[in-house]
Amino acid sequence: MSGPSTYEPKSGITRWLDRRLPILRLAHDSFVAYPTPRNLNYWWTFGAMLSFCLIVQIVTGIVLAMHYVPHIDMAFASVQRLERDVPFGWLIQNIHAVGASMFFLAVYIHMFRGLYYGSYKAPRELLWILGCVIYFLMVATGFLGYTLPWGQMSFWAATVITNLIGALPLVGESIKNWLMGGFSVDQPTINRFFSLHYLLPFVIAGVVGLHVWALHEAGQNNPVGVDVKSKADTVPFTPHATIKDLFATTLFVILFAVFVFYMPDALGHADNFIPANPLQTPPEIVPEWYLLPFYAILRAFDFNIGPIDSKLAGVLAMFASIGVMFILPWLDTSRVRSMRYRPIARQFFVIFALVCLALGWCGGQNPGLVLFKVAPFSATMNWVTGGQVTERPIQATSESEWQQAADAAVAELRSQGASMTAVVREGATNGSITGVIGGTPQTRAVDGDTADLLEEHVSEVKAEVGQAAPFFSIERHSPARFTVTNFSLLLTIYYFLFFLVILPVLGLRERPERVPDTIAKPVTQGAS
Amino acid sequence: MAEAAHSAHEGDTTRRDFIYIAAGSVATVGVAATIWPFIDQMNPAADTRAMSTTEVDLTAVPEGQQIKVMWQGKPVFVRHRTAVEIAAAQRDDYATLKDPQKDADRLVQENGEAGQPAWLILQASCTHLGCVPTFVEGSQFGGWFCPCHGSDYDTSGRIRRGPAPKNLAPAPYLFTGPTAIRIG
Repeated sequence: MSGPSTYEPKSGITRWLDRRLPILRLAHDSFVAYPTPRNLNYWWTFGAMLSFCLIVQIVTGIVLAMHYVPHIDMAFASVQRLERDVPFGWLIQNIHAVGASMFFLAVYIHMFRGLYYGSYKAPRELLWILGCVIYFLMVATGFLGYTLPWGQMSFWAATVITNLIGALPLVGESIKNWLMGGFSVDQPTINRFFSLHYLLPFVIAGVVGLHVWALHEAGQNNPVGVDVKSKADTVPFTPHATIKDLFATTLFVILFAVFVFYMPDALGHADNFIPANPLQTPPEIVPEWYLLPFYAILRAFDFNIGPIDSKLAGVLAMFASIGVMFILPWLDTSRVRSMRYRPIARQFFVIFALVCLALGWCGGQNPGLVLFKVAPFSATMNWVTGGQVTERPIQATSESEWQQAADAAVAELRSQGASMTAVVREGATNGSITGVIGGTPQTRAVDGDTADLLEEHVSEVKAEVGQAAPFFSIERHSPARFTVTNFSLLLTIYYFLFFLVILPVLGLRERPERVPDTIAKPVTQGAS
Repeated sequence: MAEAAHSAHEGDTTRRDFIYIAAGSVATVGVAATIWPFIDQMNPAADTRAMSTTEVDLTAVPEGQQIKVMWQGKPVFVRHRTAVEIAAAQRDDYATLKDPQKDADRLVQENGEAGQPAWLILQASCTHLGCVPTFVEGSQFGGWFCPCHGSDYDTSGRIRRGPAPKNLAPAPYLFTGPTAIRIG
């Protein structure tokens, strides 16, 4: 794609340099003369924004590290000091925190772009895989960084995530302690998380270098997914792509600035303004928004699958959901790159994008939240008003005969006309039975929208009837219902179906649309 | 003669292969031995491991009181139960329990020996979502109550009411003397 270098040093100094270290030639060939397809749309500008984000995070991060103290007793205060006392600390800290969110926003759009236009297909498989590596490193860096302010969410997110590793059989516990450097999230943990959080962005920068190298070797994909045929199909990177990227990045920076200056904490969680406290769990532990879809997958399993318990199943599914992206180039069997010419795949893609958004929503909800139910939670309450209350001891001859003795006592009291009985066991062989003889049996049905509301209503009835009835028998009925957990499971299944079944099968069955002649054949005569 | 030369030649390549493999093996072992300290340094350090057990002097806890000690960075209840609490705990061995367990089984020491009914050592983490329950004097079941979602535990730390699925987990402990225990 790149072809022979067209760089011509103009001055004596650049000629001298070019003979010794052709760095200007490399820059010229990569970012000036580099031919880009003419038909790139604005979805191709996110690479530039991502480079911008990485630089912003590294620069602000290095500055923050000059003031931050990775110590359990001082970390929280040092971040507050940064916000309040350090000159422009508020600005730099906000840029770094908002920057993480903006970084992920851009990377998600960038990834969906690649997915839609088939940018992972030959000869760009390695380019895609390097991108997946960068994304995985970003997730790790984002998680480590979220721990550092040492607020309640920081601490408990770190606890929850390290506990996940503990779900692995046999080695889980040792790996968990190895990661934490102790038996709980503590001083060794924050220390090493800080060290790694400082390291990983530079690793990302290195992999970005490989990513760009691979891109420039294979050449950019384009919205029609048809390889460029001749020089006429391309334009030089500068000024065309440079100016377009600059314009798109400017819009991106405006959005960035809106968050930094007007709602710097809108994307974070309020609980992270409470210093970390190992003795108190926040009511809900949630990660930052950009990890919510994976959190939903993690919590989608509330049942064991054979020998795999529900916790481990969630952990495996969560890692697999990132892992599956790595093998995508070999899962999609279609020879057509762009979904512009794949009418059916396009529809599945739209559903996939919606599923990812829905998973994100699920990740932020209480997993027990009921979305639909066929009927309200209900209970039938039976009690007796009036009547004679009798209490008798029960004595069994041995522990194993307790049940028989209790049954016999119930039968006896029933035969004497008791309409309700209750047995209380007080020891291995002794207990007592209470029963009501005579009186008027009463029944009432109560219901409630949630299990808690039902209990409230049950208590209300009890209070209303009061001492007149010594005891109640209550039958509770839970309706068939659909919770956030069930919804997450459904979405998780689609997520994996899309990669593992839909793309492989569809590629073989689908009949792609015809590429227009204007794309398939050159129409400009003699342009090359 | 020709045959001898041939075999000598073959002998040479075999020897050379052996040297390659031997050198490669030594290098692999060397690299592994060099990497190991850099991996192992992340494991719990000696001072952290020293804190993996917690010694508790029981004379400091009067009857009917409890203390909260930190063990491996997590809180643990050490409760000195009254005769009334012990009786209630033993009576309820046969009550309808969500997670049936006898009081005596919850007192067993790390080495399998029976504990003392007066001393209950529990991990202070609600089995629902990990909040720290509080001991409420005179509550319905006489034990701990979790303020987060209203789980009620009895005087043996067994779940009696509320969303928690399991009893409060006993912490592994051992009597090191008549009035001293070691947790962990």
